[in-house]
Amino acid sequence: MIALTTDLKRLGAVKAPAGFADRVLAQVGMADSYAPFDTVLGTVYVAWNRLGVAAAARSKSAREFEDWFRKDVGRQVMRAEAPAALAGKVKDELNGKRRMRFDLRGLTTFEQAVLRKTRQIPRGEVRPYGWVAREIGRPAAVRAVGTALANNPIPYFIPCHRVVRTDGAIGNYGGGGPEAKRAILTLEGVRLKRLQDMARRGYRYQGVRTTKIFCYPTCYTGRHALEKNIVWLHDEASARAAGFRPCKVCRPAAVA
Amino acid sequence: MQGVDGLFERMVHEHKDRVFAASLAMTGNRHDAEDVAQDTFIRAYRALATYSPERIRDLKERAWLHRITVNVVRNRVRGVKPRLVELNGSESDHSPGPEARAMEHMQIDELATRVADLPIRYREAVVLRHVRDLSYAEVAEALGQPVGTVKANVHRGLKLLRGDNHDRVDD
Repeated sequence: MIALTTDLKRLGAVKAPAGFADRVLAQVGMADSYAPFDTVLGTVYVAWNRLGVAAAARSKSAREFEDWFRKDVGRQVMRAEAPAALAGKVKDELNGKRRMRFDLRGLTTFEQAVLRKTRQIPRGEVRPYGWVAREIGRPAAVRAVGTALANNPIPYFIPCHRVVRTDGAIGNYGGGGPEAKRAILTLEGVRLKRLQDMARRGYRYQGVRTTKIFCYPTCYTGRHALEKNIVWLHDEASARAAGFRPCKVCRPAAVA
Repeated sequence: MQGVDGLFERMVHEHKDRVFAASLAMTGNRHDAEDVAQDTFIRAYRALATYSPERIRDLKERAWLHRITVNVVRNRVRGVKPRLVELNGSESDHSPGPEARAMEHMQIDELATRVADLPIRYREAVVLRHVRDLSYAEVAEALGQPVGTVKANVHRGLKLLRGDNHDRVDD
């Protein structure tokens, strides 16, 4: 008789299984869930929570992604069924439509500023590291911009691959090395060879004679100019001297 | 918003074992128990989002969560019969401890199965009173029943568990 109630108390002392709290928090969107997505870039693992997408990586396996996420983002992550809307967003984002929200908690304000600015670079275009630094009001922090981009937890969707070196070298890439960076940019329609040829000869901008505007070479506003009207320019000073003004869209120099 | 999230996270960590133990005794196996315990918290979260600050402040968390668990189980019973057999070992979370612990684990699960076999109204009363160790008043509040009813149900439930069927037990 006494034994039964004692046994019932022991039953009451049972512990919840390991990971239970994390699973609950993930269910209500407070912790992170992840799923693999088939994309033009191959299988991309994407982690999300209620605030938005928190991380992405082309891991070789789910296990590898989980390990990387726990180490890099520093939180637990649970495999889950992807919400239908997210699959559409993944696809649209890689096609150049901006629909995703991001969870950038855990990053410094500087890193967040770098990533937000980088996000504004359109598909098919590239910008130098120095451009990002200048645009966020920290023109001297070019190296720090490089570091922030190297630690970008959401590559492909926050397009750190669209930031390249001014000398035409492709620059490093956290999302799979320089080769991967080149492949993605080519996929997005950047004419890399032309860009690098120009850079090697010291040209950073292209001006259009008819409009008297100079741009970064990949800026879409200059894309339809006739080849005979295009002038290659070395720097801002010589461009201005030749009567060109900076483009207001790609902002190769502070627009007065 | 931040307030509710913080509160909820604390609640999950503080009450997860209690809610899981009650769910295990109510369902009789760890697999269903995890489902019930998860549903309990998800419902709690949705409810919290709609509560006024005063209501949240005056919340008796334990009784409230147990009441949700009871409702989750009641709603499930209408649909599916609780499984009496553990189909797959969802015990991967328990590292293979010493044999004695494994034995105890089995005994507890066996007892949980027996409790889960009780008719629902005795089961709720027994689980909250003896497994969860709430007072009769707290059980009465969580179940929304008079104390006298709870006492009678606990008594009959225990009797059934002891295999003592000499007394007439209606059901």
